[in-house]
Amino acid sequence: MLIGVPRETAAGEKRVATVPDVVEKLVKLGFRVAVESGAGDAANFPDEAYRAAGAEIADAARIWEGADIVFKVRAPSMAEVARMREGATLVSFIWPAQNPELLQALAGRKATVLAMDSVPRISRAQKLDALSSMANIAGYRAVIEAAHAFGRFFTGQITAAGKVPPAKVFIIGAGVAGLAAIGAASGLGAIVLANDTRPEVADQIKSLGGEFVGVDYVEEGSGAGGYAKVMSEGFQKAQREVFAAQAKVVDVIITTALIPGKPAPKLITAEMARSMRPGSVIVDLAAEQGGNCELTEPGQLVVRHGVSIIGYTDLPSRLAKQSSTLYATNLLRLSEELCKAKDGKFNVNMDDEVIRGTTVIKDGNVTWPPPAPKLSAAPPAKPAAAKPAVPEKGKAKHGSAGAPASARATAIAFLVAAALFGFLGAYAPPAFLAHFTVFVLACFVGYMVIWNVTPALHTPLMSVTNAISSIIAIGALVQVAPFQPGAGAADRPTAWIVGLAVVSIALVAVNMFGGFAVTQRMLQMFRK
Amino acid sequence: MSPTLLTASYLAATILFVLSLGGLSSPETSRRGNLYGMIGMAIAVLATVLGPQVTRTAYPWILGAMALGATIGLYAARVVKMTQMPELVALMHSLVGLAAVLVGYANYIDPAASAGFQGAEKTIHELEIYIGVLIGAVTFSGSLIAFGKLSARISGKPVLLPGRHWINLAGLLVVLWCGGWFVGAHPVDEGLKPLAIMTVIALLFGVHMVMAIGGADMPVVVSMLNSYSGWAAAATGFMLSNDLLIVTGALVGSSGAILSYIMCRAMNRNFVSVIAGGFGTGGGAPAASGAAPAGEVQPVSASETAELLRGSKNVIIVPGYGMAVAQAQHAVYEITRLLREKGVNVRFGIHPVAGRMPGHMNVLLAEAKVPYDIVMEMDEINQDFADTDVAMVIGANDIVNPAAQEDPSSPIAGMPVLEVWKAKNSIVMKRSMASGYAGVDNPLFYKDNNRMLFGDAKKMLDEVLGALKA
Repeated sequence: MLIGVPRETAAGEKRVATVPDVVEKLVKLGFRVAVESGAGDAANFPDEAYRAAGAEIADAARIWEGADIVFKVRAPSMAEVARMREGATLVSFIWPAQNPELLQALAGRKATVLAMDSVPRISRAQKLDALSSMANIAGYRAVIEAAHAFGRFFTGQITAAGKVPPAKVFIIGAGVAGLAAIGAASGLGAIVLANDTRPEVADQIKSLGGEFVGVDYVEEGSGAGGYAKVMSEGFQKAQREVFAAQAKVVDVIITTALIPGKPAPKLITAEMARSMRPGSVIVDLAAEQGGNCELTEPGQLVVRHGVSIIGYTDLPSRLAKQSSTLYATNLLRLSEELCKAKDGKFNVNMDDEVIRGTTVIKDGNVTWPPPAPKLSAAPPAKPAAAKPAVPEKGKAKHGSAGAPASARATAIAFLVAAALFGFLGAYAPPAFLAHFTVFVLACFVGYMVIWNVTPALHTPLMSVTNAISSIIAIGALVQVAPFQPGAGAADRPTAWIVGLAVVSIALVAVNMFGGFAVTQRMLQMFRK
Repeated sequence: MSPTLLTASYLAATILFVLSLGGLSSPETSRRGNLYGMIGMAIAVLATVLGPQVTRTAYPWILGAMALGATIGLYAARVVKMTQMPELVALMHSLVGLAAVLVGYANYIDPAASAGFQGAEKTIHELEIYIGVLIGAVTFSGSLIAFGKLSARISGKPVLLPGRHWINLAGLLVVLWCGGWFVGAHPVDEGLKPLAIMTVIALLFGVHMVMAIGGADMPVVVSMLNSYSGWAAAATGFMLSNDLLIVTGALVGSSGAILSYIMCRAMNRNFVSVIAGGFGTGGGAPAASGAAPAGEVQPVSASETAELLRGSKNVIIVPGYGMAVAQAQHAVYEITRLLREKGVNVRFGIHPVAGRMPGHMNVLLAEAKVPYDIVMEMDEINQDFADTDVAMVIGANDIVNPAAQEDPSSPIAGMPVLEVWKAKNSIVMKRSMASGYAGVDNPLFYKDNNRMLFGDAKKMLDEVLGALKA
């Protein structure tokens, strides 16, 4: 089948739906690819590069009328829909909830439409989640725009000309874009604070170098599919207080708060913006949906009360090469899902959860909205018992691992020990008792000493204790030719005893010399 | 040399031995510790030889035997490879065990040794001989089998005879019965019979016990045999009424016992179940059916691995027995050195039971010149995985299995593991998808952020190294 990639016609749009690297892989999947002349120019992919990768360079008419499958970034205009071949397949952003007329028009062309904005939020579909790819870029670019508009360094420095304090960046909403912004801002050296209504993202914020600023009000903020939901009045009030307090101390605010299918929540009031220090920057990533800041003007940079308020809606397009590459790869992954046989044909399998969710029109029938997804990205309300039962041991020294024994067990142990010692005291001969005392005390000394041995040296420990156990040689030494007080040597099987003893000495000597030598060899290797 | 001087020398030797073990508490002091051990041993042997209990006629014998043993021992110590340390240690334990048996016999047939004993003292003395020989024999044969298993001369698989616990019980009863016979026996020749029967049973018991234990439980077995060799020395000490032997034996015995305990705890199993053997083969279906991990494994090539490593800031390497088998420690060191030169923070996470004896991995890495201050214990490094870009697992499986924490029905549930899956990426080097010793499938392999690098560890690491240099 022929995949057609037209030039984007929306004003200011620099992205393109495929890149040369991806064309190569699409060809390997069995597709033919036609790219409109000049489609990649704005993203710095010249026609020659596409041609070298195996694509055909064509004009718009050939693309729209000849292609079985059309790859696009932005939703097509009505004019473009009219040019589409009947029964063709379209893959692009659609935003079906906001564009019902477009949906109807496409259905009228008997098209099959896969909306990249409707990819279900499940683990398996992550590789084709274009929204995440774009949000990631938007978050990064938001920081760059902020740094551009901000009159100081982001990182703190001590220079010969004086000390520069680091910028403080406050990021609202830790979704993909928010997290990317946290990473980029902390990468530039700023102090990053971040807030989100979903408490489970606190760890993710910390992992990227941000500090979580919570709202002290108990309410679970996770909605279906891992997105946020609308919060209660009480929560919003508490949240506004937190934001107002932050606005007075931070230099940059980046807002990314979006709730699917709703206008963006107004989180930064004009009052808060006015309370910021002059020269501060607000970047509003929700500008397209009305903005999180009351003063945002979508698509514009405006300066109000000395605060730059950036409401650009084309942040991914401002990084056209990067966003085109990622978007094209997302489309490639989708193509792989649709073309498992690698025969160059799309098979829109509506039993597959991912494809079912993405498809908004199948052969002219509107199939949007899909049934609710089965899984949330984050498990809701973790039961406390789910924590793995890791034995807390750490440096539990001297064998006191775990909880101390119960009183009854201790009492029983003491009683048994007392009985044993009583028995020993009553019946054992004094010489034995003396040795036994030494033995028990030595056990305790060994116990105390060994616990201090670092685990890294356990092998040398074994080999040195093994060498030391050669002390048994003494047992053999005293038997080779003991001093005989008087007679009694007559019935002594001397040959046997000496034989046994000499063999023992030889065996133990192997151990004694070998053990110490090999320990020395090992310890020599341990170095800093 | 007077008897008091002898006793004083023994006391000095004892103190030196304690200091020797104490010295091993850190790598800086460990070499001095070993030196103390040598001095202590030299003092003990010289004092005994020069002391009142040994006459001059014995010197040629002693010198000859010592020289022979020393030659063999020093030669073995020089040629042994570090990957063979477990075998060597096991073999040496068997020598101590055998020596304990021989000394016990010699002591029993020597009428002079028991001349002064009467009544209860005589009974105790005989019991001491009996117990000394018993422990010595078990240590001897058990260590020999452990040696065979560790050097792959015997299959590492547990060999389970039907009704093996009953066989052991029957053996124990016979040993007890022989003990009664032995203590009551009057002429020495009469007493030799039960002693010989018991020795044979103890030897068989040692073989049987270690045969039933599988390869990955070897750290416990080796440390247990280490402990036994100590107790055998202590029993000999009681037999000879020699405090130095008693103290040293007790030190060694408790050292081995603690190591066994540490190893068991690291596997979340109790000592008896390890020694009873046969883990992962009996007791129902090992791999819990409901928890079969879903998903696909994602293979990765050596050059992609190199790319990933090069782009990282923090890397943790988790070595396992596979690294020892493939002799890959030098390649690991080269990679570590290269990455550290590039400013990557490379560290090692060592699980207590990684390898075939306690501390096995540390010795291998030390041999490859990896500095010991970047080699961390599990408890030191486990919380750092979240900040790690790449966790590289080399030939390890069960010790990085998330099922131990996540799946309560898993046979290894509750075993402390290295949490490599918390790193941003993990790479597992493995020869195949075979499950580890515990026979449990490893959900780590199927995680989204995990990649599999299939192949022999040495070969793959060499390729990664080549790609890193390029």
